[in-house]
Amino acid sequence: MTRFEALVEVQLRAGISDPQGATIEKALPALGFAGVSEVRSGKAFRLAVEATDEEAARQQVDDLCRRFLTNPVIEDSAVTIFGPSCS
Amino acid sequence: MDVDIHRALGLTDEEAESIERLLGRAPNHLELALYAVMWSEHCSYKSSRIHLKRLPTEGEGVLVGPGENAGVIDAGGGVAVALRIESHNHPSAIEPYQGAATGVGGILRDIFTMGARPIAIMDPLRFGPPSDPRSRWIASGVISGISGYGNSVGVPTVGGEIVFDECYADNPLVNVLCCGVLPVDRLVLGRATGLGNLAVLLGSATGRDGIGGVSVLASAGFTGDEEIEAAKRPNVQVGDPYEEKRLIEACLQLLDEALVVGIQDLGGAGLACATSETASRGGVGMDVDVTAVPRREPGMEAWEVMTSESQERMLAIVTPEHVERVLEVCSKWEVRATVIGRVTDSGRLRILEGWDGEVLADVAASTLHEDAPLYDRPRRRPEEADRLSQDLPPTETDPGADLLRLIRDPSWVYRQYDHQLFLNTVVAPGADAALLRLRGPGVVPKDGRSRAIALSTDGNQRWCALDPRLGTSLTVAESALNVACVGARPVALVNCLNFGNPEHPEVMWQLSEAIDGMAEACRALSIPVIGGNVSLYNESRGRDIHPTPVVGTLGLVDDLERRPPVVGLTAGDDILLVQAPGTAPRCDGSRWAAEVHHHLGGRLAVADWAAHSRLIAWVAAEVSSGRPNGIHDVSDGGLAVALSEMAVASQVGYQVDLGEAPSAADLFGEAPSRVVLSVSPPERAAVQAGAAAAGLEATVIGRAGRDRLVVPGAYDLPLADVTRVWQEALPGSLALPGDA
Amino acid sequence: MSALIGVVLFPGTNCEYDVIEAIEALGARGQLIWHGDSSLGACDAVVLPGGFAHGDYLRPGAIARFSPVMAAVEDFARRGGPVVGICNGFQVLTEAHMLPGALQKNRGLTFLCQPAELEVVTSRSALTDGVEVGTRLTVPINHFEGNYTCDERTLTQLRDEDRVILRYRPNPNGSVGDIAGITNQEGNVVGLMPHPERAVDPLTGSTDGAVLLSALIRYASRAVVTATAR
Repeated sequence: MTRFEALVEVQLRAGISDPQGATIEKALPALGFAGVSEVRSGKAFRLAVEATDEEAARQQVDDLCRRFLTNPVIEDSAVTIFGPSCS
Repeated sequence: MDVDIHRALGLTDEEAESIERLLGRAPNHLELALYAVMWSEHCSYKSSRIHLKRLPTEGEGVLVGPGENAGVIDAGGGVAVALRIESHNHPSAIEPYQGAATGVGGILRDIFTMGARPIAIMDPLRFGPPSDPRSRWIASGVISGISGYGNSVGVPTVGGEIVFDECYADNPLVNVLCCGVLPVDRLVLGRATGLGNLAVLLGSATGRDGIGGVSVLASAGFTGDEEIEAAKRPNVQVGDPYEEKRLIEACLQLLDEALVVGIQDLGGAGLACATSETASRGGVGMDVDVTAVPRREPGMEAWEVMTSESQERMLAIVTPEHVERVLEVCSKWEVRATVIGRVTDSGRLRILEGWDGEVLADVAASTLHEDAPLYDRPRRRPEEADRLSQDLPPTETDPGADLLRLIRDPSWVYRQYDHQLFLNTVVAPGADAALLRLRGPGVVPKDGRSRAIALSTDGNQRWCALDPRLGTSLTVAESALNVACVGARPVALVNCLNFGNPEHPEVMWQLSEAIDGMAEACRALSIPVIGGNVSLYNESRGRDIHPTPVVGTLGLVDDLERRPPVVGLTAGDDILLVQAPGTAPRCDGSRWAAEVHHHLGGRLAVADWAAHSRLIAWVAAEVSSGRPNGIHDVSDGGLAVALSEMAVASQVGYQVDLGEAPSAADLFGEAPSRVVLSVSPPERAAVQAGAAAAGLEATVIGRAGRDRLVVPGAYDLPLADVTRVWQEALPGSLALPGDA
Repeated sequence: MSALIGVVLFPGTNCEYDVIEAIEALGARGQLIWHGDSSLGACDAVVLPGGFAHGDYLRPGAIARFSPVMAAVEDFARRGGPVVGICNGFQVLTEAHMLPGALQKNRGLTFLCQPAELEVVTSRSALTDGVEVGTRLTVPINHFEGNYTCDERTLTQLRDEDRVILRYRPNPNGSVGDIAGITNQEGNVVGLMPHPERAVDPLTGSTDGAVLLSALIRYASRAVVTATAR
């Protein structure tokens, strides 16, 4: 078994209203950030998985996303696998 | 596709024909979409309207009855109370947090639409058993959603119910009641008047949110491009309490400055409903420029804009000279405001592509409402009804163990809700009813009296499964008694009728019976029904839910001089059971039978309406007198649970004598018209004499004190143990590991 | 003339009316101040009340601290004016670095609306002026992010300088050192999570909050606010 590090980014699906992102975006001009737009909020999770290879690690994390970390009705997730890690 | 498009939109062939007849021509897709959403069960109540007419809706103080956004009662002193209840069952099954959150948002808009400041929310909730992981996920999400939205939007959540039953496993019931206060003279109605007046859309931009039934139109123009098709899928609505909070403040300021002639919230069926409803009620027409509607997503078509259920939006009808000030007020609150329509004298709702552009739809506004179909669907008493009524519950009981299975402290849930904002909450969640001072920011009784309102929400799916008519009437009886237990006289009721599939004749029979039971109880107790909501097609795992009419009762107190007695005991007090003469509790349909023996069957105890009325009046007067130290209505779980809830809440034990070998019915049986009082011995005789004069039985059944819960012949439990079980029951079954 | 207490209203604030009602019941005058204003007028003290300014989006207080009124509040505080942040107001004061530390999510990861038992730790602040050390008070809390957090050095400094004003007894939310409220070095800027305005009327429960608000009113009546910053 090898240890892989993974980054999971959870975002609201395209088209789903994102009040937090919209509110942050509205505050930006007053702070002098003129050219910033399309702010979308989300969550990120870092985790480590033991798996035989990168593909198996990805499958496990994908499954975790689908079953627990996201509600697929409103959220998408993107998984990045780093590794194998040295620890 | 075109031939069958009305079917795909959920319209029957007969409905499509009558649309064609009303228009005098074939409708286009947009027009068909308008009729489809407005004639849906959700908007038109086409299966239930014929029955709802049987409810009594008139009474003293009723300013607005059913049919408007909320019912309104004159509470005296120049202050009125607006009340409404709604369901958000199906959205909560898919995305519990957002489903519950947007449910709260929707009901708030119904209240401030009337010119009222929302001051209290109640949430009667019903979930599948906590042992089922999905039900647990739904329950936790719903509770967080109410907490997240309600707290942030700044309206206290002062009570509700939390009920678990197998029948709600895939179909939770998330009902939400809201109460608002307004100066009587600020009352506004959702109607458009005045030729040339403008319709101003306030609040969020419009996205493809909640375009449920009509989304099939998307496939009518199938592009083959997957990305575009994915974007066209309807979205789950996401609530934005911050937008709603600013919308509340902006709208109340617009009403205070008398800048609007009518205002309407956007709920089910979105702009289609709000524009046609305001026009239809006002007897006018409206032109809507669909290109003026601010959008959140690119590429939206007219039918999507008109039927979108995007949250946090209102439609204000404004005279041209006030438009500038309206935009100014909205800008202060950072609320988007856009003129999207004009009042016309044509009586028609016209959807235009730009003011001088193409006419995309042209229908008589009133036909979307008044010509909606009205069905008297077939009804049939279920075949199993007889078998069910003869299937009597078991009698075996292990009293101590059974008691511990039935007590559950709801405070783990209620402390997640801000229940104190506005400094009105005299009796907090968890008691028989919430009690609030009758006032709100800028709204105070002019006569200087310390007025208060009481609110209770109640439902009982077990009673209603056994006998929907009697069960519903007993639900009303309990709700009215609950508000009396905090000293109020019941003055109005709203209902949320949660039922299964109306195309099943058995479900229609249940609905019809329940309405008759409610009408009977409300007439007997002189409580008018001032509003309601019907939620049908509640089905779980292929079965209709038990019939679940939920009622919300409003009570009034004219002079609140002191806090009412608590749900609790005082050491040294006599414990009195006060009830209607001849009351005989039964285990049939009881919580004990369901939760201990998984049994549902038998016949319910009946109410003596004259005695129940006397009990309500006597209890309210007794509470106001300040004489009892504690009081609690005896409801589900029976006398043993009522006594024990009083004991753990006040941390005082009891010894109560129920005869040599108390039966399950003595301990856990249920019947209407019973309350327990904790009364100091010097006051006892007077309390008993008063009850007797009111034609009630008042029996001393025991004494409060010490640190054990004792019913000789049944159980003898340490208070500390019972308290621990009581406190851990809910968080133990619902909380994530690690929760405090 | 009774003390005039300004109550700042950000969009999303919701306890502004409650604070005004409570201080008026205790004999002071209250006045709303819009977050877009750049002046505080003739106020003797300023309260940043509870609620969800800007929806609490990003972090509670993160957007509110940039509102125009905050420059005036900071200037008022520098000149010795009493400033009290209650709940969300406390969060705004920490985001604005007018008070040290930060408020994290509660230990139990749920919102908490319940009575909290408090102990007064010092009399040396605008909100506890004249209140005996050791006084026990029951005042409601109502927050999700009320778990006070700071580094070890700041905690030592707060203790050494007698700047912890209220402690939980017991701790409901995991706050470091059971901290419920703190003050700045001068004692004129105070932040606390409990809501004293919710405990002033016997009809709705405890009246212990009146002890704190009365102290603020006394302090405000005699505070010397200089024309320029100290």
